[in-house]
Amino acid sequence: MPAHPLGPIRERFEKLAREGRTGFIPYVTAGYPSRVHTRQLLTGLVEAGADVIELGIPFSDPMADGPTIQRSSQGALAAGATVDMTLDLVGDLRSWSDIPIVIFSYLNPIYAQGIEDFLMLAADAGVNGILPTDLPVGADPDLEHQLRHSTLDLVRLVAPTTTPERVREIAAESEGFLYYIARTGVTGARSRLRRELAAEVSAVRSASYLPVAVGFGVSSPEHARAVARMADAVVVGSALVDSLDSEGVEGALRFARSLRAALDEGGTG
Amino acid sequence: MENDRLPARARLPQEDRQLDDDLLRQAERLVEDERSARDACAMEGGCGPADDAWEDDGLMPTLGARTADGPGRFGPFGGRYVPETLIPALDELEAAYGEASADPVFLTEIDALAAHYIGRPTPLYRARRLETEAGVGPIYLKREDLNHTGAHKINNTVGQALLAERMGKPRIIAETGAGQHGVATATACALFNLECVVYMGAEDVRRQALNVYRMRLLGAEVRPVHSGTRTLKDATNEALRDWVTNVGDTHYIIGSVVGPHPFPRIVRDFQAVIGREAKRQILEVEGRLPRTVVACVGGGSNAMGMFHAFVEDEDVALVGVEAAGEGLGTGRSSASLSEGRPGVLHGSLSYLLQDADGQISPAHSVAAGLDYPGVGPEHSFLRDSGRARYECVGDEAAARAFRILPRLEGIIPALETAHALAWAIEAGRRGEIEGPVAICLSGRGDKDAVHVAGLRGGAAREGRRE
Ligand SMILES: Cc1ncc(COP(=O)(O)O)c(C=O)c1O
Repeated sequence: MPAHPLGPIRERFEKLAREGRTGFIPYVTAGYPSRVHTRQLLTGLVEAGADVIELGIPFSDPMADGPTIQRSSQGALAAGATVDMTLDLVGDLRSWSDIPIVIFSYLNPIYAQGIEDFLMLAADAGVNGILPTDLPVGADPDLEHQLRHSTLDLVRLVAPTTTPERVREIAAESEGFLYYIARTGVTGARSRLRRELAAEVSAVRSASYLPVAVGFGVSSPEHARAVARMADAVVVGSALVDSLDSEGVEGALRFARSLRAALDEGGTG
Repeated sequence: MENDRLPARARLPQEDRQLDDDLLRQAERLVEDERSARDACAMEGGCGPADDAWEDDGLMPTLGARTADGPGRFGPFGGRYVPETLIPALDELEAAYGEASADPVFLTEIDALAAHYIGRPTPLYRARRLETEAGVGPIYLKREDLNHTGAHKINNTVGQALLAERMGKPRIIAETGAGQHGVATATACALFNLECVVYMGAEDVRRQALNVYRMRLLGAEVRPVHSGTRTLKDATNEALRDWVTNVGDTHYIIGSVVGPHPFPRIVRDFQAVIGREAKRQILEVEGRLPRTVVACVGGGSNAMGMFHAFVEDEDVALVGVEAAGEGLGTGRSSASLSEGRPGVLHGSLSYLLQDADGQISPAHSVAAGLDYPGVGPEHSFLRDSGRARYECVGDEAAARAFRILPRLEGIIPALETAHALAWAIEAGRRGEIEGPVAICLSGRGDKDAVHVAGLRGGAAREGRRE
C-alpha cells in the first residue's frame, strides 16, 4: 500500500485546504546559474514555506517561454546542466524534505532518456509529478498512458483558449492538480493580471475536483494576493528567476518570503 | 508549349514497352482531361490547368490515410506536441482546411492564382549539357525557380494566405531561413492585404540581406532573432511564441512540411503540384516515369512536393539530399535524417540533430534554407519505411555545383538546390543512378551570388579574369 493513497501532491493540497491556506509553488530552472546555486535556492524555498517545488529541466528550445526562462535555460545548459543533474538535485532535497516535487520539462530531454528509464530514475530520486509543456491531452495516447500509469502524477495545463468541453476532458486526464495558464502567451513577468482571470479560474474549478494552481505572469505579492482569492495555489517562475538574476539567491528568497506572506494574508480561508 | 523544345518519346528497351505504353496512355488521359477541363473553364471565364484542380488528385493524403498510426501521423512520426494554448487554433485550422479543400470555389481560386500569379505550370526542362557532365540521362529540371518570387515556397504561401483570409485572420506570421519563405509570405500577404511579420535569425539576416530588403519592400516587418543559434530553428521558436501570444487574430504560415499537425499535411498538399506537374510532363515527353527523382531537403517541402505524386510508383527511386555542411561527424551539418535520432521539436516527432541529453544541436549549412536541425515527419517515415533514401552533400560540393549549372545551362540555382544537383552529378558519374532523372530545381540563386563569391575569397575577381 502506498503511504499516501492520493499521492503526496494531493495530500499537500488536502492539508492546505484543511488549513484554509493557498499553496505556493515556486518554479526553478535546474542548474541556473549553477548547480550549487540551485541547491541553495531549493533549500531556502522549502524553508520560506513553499508547498510544492516545480523544478525545470532546461531545454535548448523553450518555445513556450519568454526571455527570462529562455535566458535561465541557456545559462543552465552553458553551466553544464543535464537531466541527471536535475534528478540529483531532487535526490539531495529528498534526503531531508518531503516537499512534493514536480518536474517541469519539454518532452525531448525526457524522450531522449527513454521514457521508461526516465520514469524509473525520477521515481528513485523522489520526483512526485511531471508536467510536460508540449504534451497536450490527446497528443500521444500511448505516451500519456505510460505517464499516467507510472508512480508520478501527470499534471496537465489548461489555457484561456481551451474550450469548456476540453477543460472537462483535461480535468479527467490530469493528476495531482490542474495548472491554469493565466494568460494567452509565453512565460514571463507582467505588471498586471487580466481582469477575466477570476471568472476563468472559477469555471475551471467547477469543472474539476482537482485543485487548481494558477501561473504565468504572477509577478508580485499583490498578484499573489489576488490569485489567492481565486485559486488553490499560485505558481511563480519568471519573476523569481528575475530576482535571482538581479539580487542573487538571498534576494530571490526574500522575494519568496514576501510571496508567502502575501498568500497567507489573502488566503481563501 | 515549352514542351515543343523537348525530344519526342525516347526509344526504350523491349521489356519496358508494355509498362511504358500503359504510362503513355495514362499521360494521354491526363493531357486529355486537362484539355477538356480547360475548355470547360474557358466558357466560365478561365482558370488554371485542370491537372491542378485538386478534386482530381484529391487533397486527402493517400500516404497518411493508409499508414498513419493516428490522426496527423506518418507512421509513428508527426503529431501535435505543442503548448495547450495552441490546440484550439490547430483544431480550427484543421477544420477550415478540411472545408476549403472540399470547396470548389477555394480550389478554383487556388488554380487561378497558380496560373495567373505564380506562373504555373512551371517548365520541365531537359538539361543536355548537365547530362554530359553527370554521365547519365536524360536529366530533367523541374523549374520551380521560375515561379513568382523565385522558389517553390510561393505554392504554399499563396494557399495558406487564402486559407487565412477564409478563416478571417488579418495577421500573418512566418519564420524564414534563406528568406525565400519570408519573401513568398510577404508577397502573398501583400496580395491579400494581410499584416505580415517575419522572424529571421540574426545570422541569416546577415547572410541574406537582399531578401530582407525584398520583404520590407513588400510591406512586411522583419524581426531579427538573436536567441540561440540565431538561425532558422530560433526564428521558428520565436514565431511559435508569437503565435501562442496572438493566436486569436493570427495565422502562422509555416514554411516547410514541419510543425504540428495539420501543417505537414497542408504544406505537402500545397506543394504537391510540383510532382503532379512533373509526372504529367515527363510522361508526355518520355512516355515513361523517371527512374530517379531528386530534391534537396531542409524542412523537406520541395522534396515532399516533388515526391508525393511518385510515392506509389515503386519503381521510381526517391532521393532526398540533405546538407552535410562541413562533413558528417564534424558536428557541423544539417543532416537530420543521416545523423539524427527521433525526437520532438516544433510540435512534431521526427528525426532531429540532438545530443545524448535531448538538447537540440546547432545545425550548419552554407545554405541558409537547409540550416535546420529537424526535418518534416513524413520524410522520417519515408526513410524508415525505405520508400525514399536520403543522402547528403557538403558545403564545398554544393558551392561547386552552384557554379557549374550557370555555365552549363544558363541557370543559376539556389545554394539549397545546388545540394541536389551536386549529388545527382556525383551519383551519375559513379554510375549509381539511372535515367530519366528528375531534379527539383527548387529556387534561383541570385540571393546567394554575393555569399558564394565571398566564400571563394576573390571568386568575383577570378571570374573577371576568365
Ligand atoms: C530554394 C530553396 N530550396 C529549398 C529550401 C529548403 O526548404 P524545403 O526543404 O522545405 O524545400 C529552401 C528554403 O528556404 C529554399 O529557399
